[in-house]
Amino acid sequence: MSDYRALDGNQAVAEAMRQINPDVIAAYPITPQTEAVQVFSQFVADGQVDTEFVTVESEHSAMSACVGAAGAGARVMTATSSAGLALMWEITYVAASLRLPIVMMVANRALSAPINIHCDHSDTMGARDNGWLQIFSESPQEAYDNMIQAIRIAEHPELLLPVMVNQDGFITSHAVERVEIFDDSAVKDFIGEYSPRYPLLNVDKPVTFGALDFYDFYFEHKRQQVEALGQAKEVILAVAADFNKRFNRSYGLFETYRLDDAEVGIVVMSSTAGTAKVVVDELRGRGVKVGLLKPRVFRPFPAEEMVDALKHLKAVAVLDRSVAFGAMQNAGPLFLELAAGFQAYGPAARIPVVDYVFGLGGRDIGPTQIEAVYGDLRRLASDGRPERLVTYLGVRE
Amino acid sequence: MAKAKGWRDLPIGGVIEEAGCARDLNTGAWRAFRPLLDKAKCTSCLQCWMFCPDMSVEVQDGKMTGFDLYHCKGCGICAETCPVDAIAMVGEAEAAKEETQ
Repeated sequence: MSDYRALDGNQAVAEAMRQINPDVIAAYPITPQTEAVQVFSQFVADGQVDTEFVTVESEHSAMSACVGAAGAGARVMTATSSAGLALMWEITYVAASLRLPIVMMVANRALSAPINIHCDHSDTMGARDNGWLQIFSESPQEAYDNMIQAIRIAEHPELLLPVMVNQDGFITSHAVERVEIFDDSAVKDFIGEYSPRYPLLNVDKPVTFGALDFYDFYFEHKRQQVEALGQAKEVILAVAADFNKRFNRSYGLFETYRLDDAEVGIVVMSSTAGTAKVVVDELRGRGVKVGLLKPRVFRPFPAEEMVDALKHLKAVAVLDRSVAFGAMQNAGPLFLELAAGFQAYGPAARIPVVDYVFGLGGRDIGPTQIEAVYGDLRRLASDGRPERLVTYLGVRE
Repeated sequence: MAKAKGWRDLPIGGVIEEAGCARDLNTGAWRAFRPLLDKAKCTSCLQCWMFCPDMSVEVQDGKMTGFDLYHCKGCGICAETCPVDAIAMVGEAEAAKEETQ
């Protein structure tokens, strides 16, 4: 039987980590992730898990220790935020390239400067091309569910890729909600045993990790990574299907909300999608046909599937919680990927797609602002010409 | 040499499944200076053998016999550590010239 508890997103993630009972966790505290590893360290101290908890002097060392342990054949997890992920950056590439299925929770937080501890997505978006899978969570429940699924996804023999599970710093990491915690044994059964392909500790079959790899082999190894990421969508969906069968909650590459018969739609990730759903219900109550698409999987980016779900709309707005500085019109990464998706897979008759950058450094976004975006979209749907590609939602002029 | 494998046939992650494959790699190819042993001075104290980072000092029956030039990169650590100055570092071009004479 499941247990229903009042937990914030960090505590829910720590519960998932306790049930997963990884061999090794190497982590360094950083706001707003700290609580997750702090709660977990209590589980270690209380003997509730068998995990070797490696306390390190920095996130660069945390990820390095994770790489070493995963290379040895251990099931490895960690967690970070913001500057911590930035400091890990070099080694995150090593983890992905050595095909080590490390699972990491990221409580999304803005990057310095000026220094800021609150939510935006610039930390993980800065690491969006490092070869990790990225899954975003709307609520503490989703963060918990995604952590458990991430183990199966990462360790799938066709993938062997590290996975980041993201949730909004403070907004969900520190917001207490009702969270369903499954039976320990049910989680254990779901994730199964991990059998590493090349455990360094197997002295009967010694292998070399991280050898020099020049122009004669490096390209082939990168091509293999591309292949694995290409297979990830199928694996994510298969794991989600099994999760749904056992735990009765449905997940996909993204979630659509009242989108099928909508005329205009917003695309937004994580906790803001929850706010947007309230606005959708409110507008639907007034007979306005609006809908929502909430990406769950950002890496690999399911462009074709998302465009397919959006192609009947008359106008689309993407809400980006980060800026790709210097990119086309300084738009956000979600918009840029989706716009490219429309170019590749969209209908011949162009649908106007615009971007709204919002919530940087934890700036709050409310239903009124989201309602205003739907208003803009309805005007855009009728005249078809956007005034501008990128709008800043909630910035003081 | 057989044609190198394509990406579908290689082990993932850059892993090398065969142990000790560095044996086949001619790391001596980029050497600029090579060690030369003066056997008259050498006492076989094996300081060079202990310090050589490439296991390129050859020893038989406890006696220093010479260098494995297929793997020696010419770093000169052996010459630095030798307490009786029995090892000299000689330029490759010079050594090659002497060899042909």
